[in-house]
Formats: sequence, structure tokens, C-alpha cells
Amino acid sequence: MGKTLFEKIWDEHVVADLGGGASLLHVDRHYLHELCISRGFPTLHERGLPVRNPDLTFATPDHVISSAPGRTGGAFPWSIKVMDTMRIETAKAGIRLFDIDQDGQGILHVIGPELGLTLPGTTVICGDSHTCTNGALGALAFGIGISEVVHILATQTIVQRKPKTMRANLEGVMARGVYSKDLILALIGKVGAAGGAGYAIEYAGSAVRALDLEARMTLCNLSIELGSKTGMIAPDEKTYAYVKDRRFAPKGAQYDAAVAHWKTITTDADAKFDAEVSLDVSGLPPQITWGTSPEDVIGVDGRIPEPRHVSKSEALAYMGLSAGDRIAGTKVDRVFVGSCTNSRVSDLRIAAEVARGRKVARHVEAWIVPGSVGVKKEAEAEGLHEIFLEAGFQWREPGCSMCVGVNEEWAAPKARCVSTSNRNFVGRQGPEVRTHLASPAMAAAAAIAGEIADVRQFMS
Amino acid sequence: MEKFTTLTAVAAYYPRANVDTDLIIRVERCAKVEKNGLGKYAFEMARFLADGSDNPEFPLNNGPFREAQILVGNINFGCGSSREMAVWAIAGLGIRCVIAPSFGEIFFGNCFQNGLLPVILPQAAVEKIGAALAADPANAKLTVDLSRQVVVAPDGSEHAFAIEPLRKKALLEGLDEIGLTRLREPEIVAFQDRDRVKRPWIYV
Repeated sequence: MGKTLFEKIWDEHVVADLGGGASLLHVDRHYLHELCISRGFPTLHERGLPVRNPDLTFATPDHVISSAPGRTGGAFPWSIKVMDTMRIETAKAGIRLFDIDQDGQGILHVIGPELGLTLPGTTVICGDSHTCTNGALGALAFGIGISEVVHILATQTIVQRKPKTMRANLEGVMARGVYSKDLILALIGKVGAAGGAGYAIEYAGSAVRALDLEARMTLCNLSIELGSKTGMIAPDEKTYAYVKDRRFAPKGAQYDAAVAHWKTITTDADAKFDAEVSLDVSGLPPQITWGTSPEDVIGVDGRIPEPRHVSKSEALAYMGLSAGDRIAGTKVDRVFVGSCTNSRVSDLRIAAEVARGRKVARHVEAWIVPGSVGVKKEAEAEGLHEIFLEAGFQWREPGCSMCVGVNEEWAAPKARCVSTSNRNFVGRQGPEVRTHLASPAMAAAAAIAGEIADVRQFMS
Repeated sequence: MEKFTTLTAVAAYYPRANVDTDLIIRVERCAKVEKNGLGKYAFEMARFLADGSDNPEFPLNNGPFREAQILVGNINFGCGSSREMAVWAIAGLGIRCVIAPSFGEIFFGNCFQNGLLPVILPQAAVEKIGAALAADPANAKLTVDLSRQVVVAPDGSEHAFAIEPLRKKALLEGLDEIGLTRLREPEIVAFQDRDRVKRPWIYV
């Protein structure tokens, strides 16, 4: 029987079989953000261990840094200390650091692919749950806790149990105004936030093949919201073209050898998955969440469903919404376009298309936070920042910002925020803040309308 | 790592589905608070009211459940962020074992790194145990026997659970994963030597 993409990458990285279903896997790419360093390195030092492979370890600040224009680092004494620790430790260990304002700085899961660090067939591990984003290139990529970060720093390996495999077949043609964010939200709505638990997911089907690489990253980004720590897409001609000539990608004859290798790692025709799920994307409307789990999602033309469980009643109360009401027309206070889900230049182009020639509603504060220095430069070269600024959006500096809020870039209590990020959890964007997840197009439409709105009405 | 063998203790039932790690510990606490201080902030948005007083509706705030060392939860417990501080925060409350029908995968793995046992039982069993705990707080005790792989409910019924053998051994003996992997350094060297020939583009 043939093998899946996941199984091929897994098998190629086994350093040792530990028995009982556990394997020691080699880590090709270990990404560190500033909190991984401030929390992980003290343990490494206590044990007297060096960083085994600084050559395979890459760091950038994204979590605690401010996104305010003109920022120089953290916004608080504690975050300035975290930044100092990051600089000292990476310099001592010889780890490449992409620091503030340097080419390469940005959200880790944006810069990994952008710099050509994330490659097909690699294992990409990071102390951040959205590492699964990197799976879009055909990598085995997942997030870990700080103990495992220390384990990788010390050994360049990780102990893992082989998950089962699931194929998510997305077929059909997306309608205008519908993007990969809508596809993955709809899939989470269909199978639930724990639907992928215990599985490594491969996204396949005509709708996936049609997506460009950045849209595929959005799809894989929300694998963790589907319950799986890893999701991936088989590399194809689009992937090879995306990788070519990037800063750390193989060049010349080595690129050709790499592509030849990458062509061998796709799922065999006779491979079997432990589970298959499917979604017909034709006719799917733009999606938006109404509750406090990503599975609480409906079409923007829909009504808020009756709660099936006490958790859902609590979610409605937290969100200040009533079952049976239309979601469109709900007044919003904040809009956030950014995060490792939707902060790439293609996302910003989509938002700018909606914003062009229009104005942000007077009661709305709307932020655009590009995912990296590279994204910001590219967007500015195209003039996207001018479209946003003229419309009344803030044009900010790259980082995680309002997605995770560790830098306390929060909305006010009870404020309602349409966000292109990945989590609508209680308190995620600040205490009592009400988050609605949606695509960049839907977020821009909400900013203009001042309420949740169907972006299709903004398109000619 | 702290060992886990057998635990008989007060158990509390928290029936909320999809308890995420942001709910367990707010991200700014992860960044600012030392490891041993996180228990104070565990579940803070659910555990405390706006004025800082205890929320009487939060299960761990009620009578005997304040002493709970076992938490019985619902589906997808610990979903979301990879923050290991969620495990540290729960451990900081004195919890040594979480029982649920399913877990967030990264949280599940992080538990084992900290001597905290996550137990998966079928949803019907979890709901039955949870209801029994809530109905009779005076007798709300469970026994979790890792070597036999069973949870003993207040009525004496036993519920078997699965655990991967290496993880079981690590918990029972308090093994150190990094120390064990370092013993395999020759295999790691051999892997990288082979790999540098096969995939030279990895080593930049």
C-alpha cells in the first residue's frame, strides 16, 4: 500500500524508534519567538546545555513588540527585558536573529515561508500553535510547549507519537467574495473544533489546488482550530515556483535536486487515510463567527443558531448576541487585519480592494498590521498603505499585535471586533472583548459599514 | 519530573466544552508571571468576578472542591495556544490529573512534560462521573491508578483508560526526556551525516 505525504515526511525524519509508537524525529527548522527564548533558555542554562544546532534555529520578535508606528521594541519594562534577553541569548548561541526593522523580521509563520526557510518535506517546529501554517508548503509543521522547545535546543530532535491521518477534500469553485479563510472556517463549522484531534490533516481537492501559496497558508493556519496540531498540502508546481530564489532556499543545481526530491513526497494514489472529510465550496457564502469557539460560524447571510449546549448559551451571552438574529448589521467598534492567518501581501491587496475610495465608519478604529517587514515593503511599493490611510485605517508595524494581545494591544471591554485572526476565545483580544473571525475582505467591509456586512455588496 | 503513580483525591467537574488555554491562563500572565506564581491566575476570567471576588458559579470555588486535585472536563479541553503555562497554572492550583473526553493536542503533550496526567475517557463515562461528583460534593473523590490504568468512580465502578507505554513509564518513574535523548547523540550524529548528503539544502 502506498504512503501519504505525512507518512513520507515522518519516515524520512525518524532518528530512532523509541518503541510503543513513539519516535525520535529530526527537526530541520526550529523557529523561536522572544517568549520561547526568555522562557526556554534559563532551563537550558540550568542544565548546562548548549544549543546543539544554531544553524537550524531562527529567531525573530513578534509577540511582545509593539505594532505602533515608530516602535523600537516592547511597550513595557517587562517586554523590553524580554527583548534584551532575546538579543543576548541569540548572539551568544550564534542563532540567526531577524530583529526589529531588519529584513526578515515579522510573524514567524509569515517569515518562515517568505525567507525560504520553510521548504517542502521539512519538519518545522516552534513554540507556537500556529506553526501548522508552514504545512502549506508540504512541510510537517506543528507547535509545541516550552519543555519541548528546550528539548529541541539541546538535541535538535523531538519525541513524537505518530498521529492518524485525515484527508480534507475541498472541491468546487469559490464564489466571488469568498476566500480560503472562509473555506477553513466552514470546514471547522462542519466537523467541529475537535474534529481533527488525533489526526495529521492533508488538505486536497480542486479547491485547494486552485489556491495560491499564501491562501494555502491561511488554510493550514487554522488546522489547530480544527483540533489538529498539523495540517499540510502536497507541494506542486506552484510550491516550487514560490520557493525559488527566496533568501535561504536552495539555488541552482541544489534547487533542481530539491525539486526532484519534493516530487517524490506527495501522497501515493493507493495510500489510505484513517479518515476522510469533504466540503463542497461552490455556493459557500462569506463566513463569520458568532461565538467563542471557531466552530461557532455561519454564513454572513445567516442567522445566529439556537444554542445546543450550555457552553453555547454562555458564548451568546458573552458576545451580547441573541439566537435567531441576523448576524449582518451587528454594530462593530474595532477591525483588525493582521496575524499569521491573514497578514500577507495578498491579504492586504484583498482588503485594499474593498477599502479603495471608501471611508472607515466614524465610530470604528481599524488597524492594518502587515505580517512582516517584507510584506510591509511590498505593500508600500504597491501603494496599498496609501489606500488604507486615505480610507482612515491605521497602517502599523509587523507583529502578532491584536491577534494574541500579549503586548496589550487590546480592544476595550465589551468592544466588538471583526478580526482576520484565528481565535475568538473569551478575552483573547482583551478582557470581555467580543471577536468575530472573518476574511480580510469581510473585515474591511465591516470597517467601512461600521457593522458586520456582506462583502459581496462592496464588489461590482 | 515529578512522578505520578496513584492519586486518590477530591475531583471537581467543569462541564464547559472547548476550554481553551487562553481561558486557563491569560497570555500577559504567561509573559510576566514566574512559573510558580501562575496558579493565582488560573482560569481568572471564569474564577473571579469583576471586583476580584470569587465567582460562586466556578466549580473550584465551592466548598470541598477548593481542595480538588483532579479536574473532570469536557471535549477539547486545553485547545488553542501551545502555552505550557496553562499546565503550570493548573498545576499551581494543585491539580495533578485532568479527565476529559478529548484534549487539545499540544496541551495534552505539555501535561506529560510536567507530571500532570491527562486521562481520556468516553464522553458518556465523563458525564456520568461528573454528574456524580456535582451531586454529592461530600463524596466527590476519585482514584486514578496509573499502573492499572483505571479511574475509580465514587460508586466504585472502574473506568479503564489507554496510555502510550513510554509516557506511562516516564510518569511512573519521573524520567527526564532530554537526558534520555542525549544518550542517543550517536544516532543523531549518524542521521545528520546521512542527511547532509541526501538533503544538503537543509543545512544553511
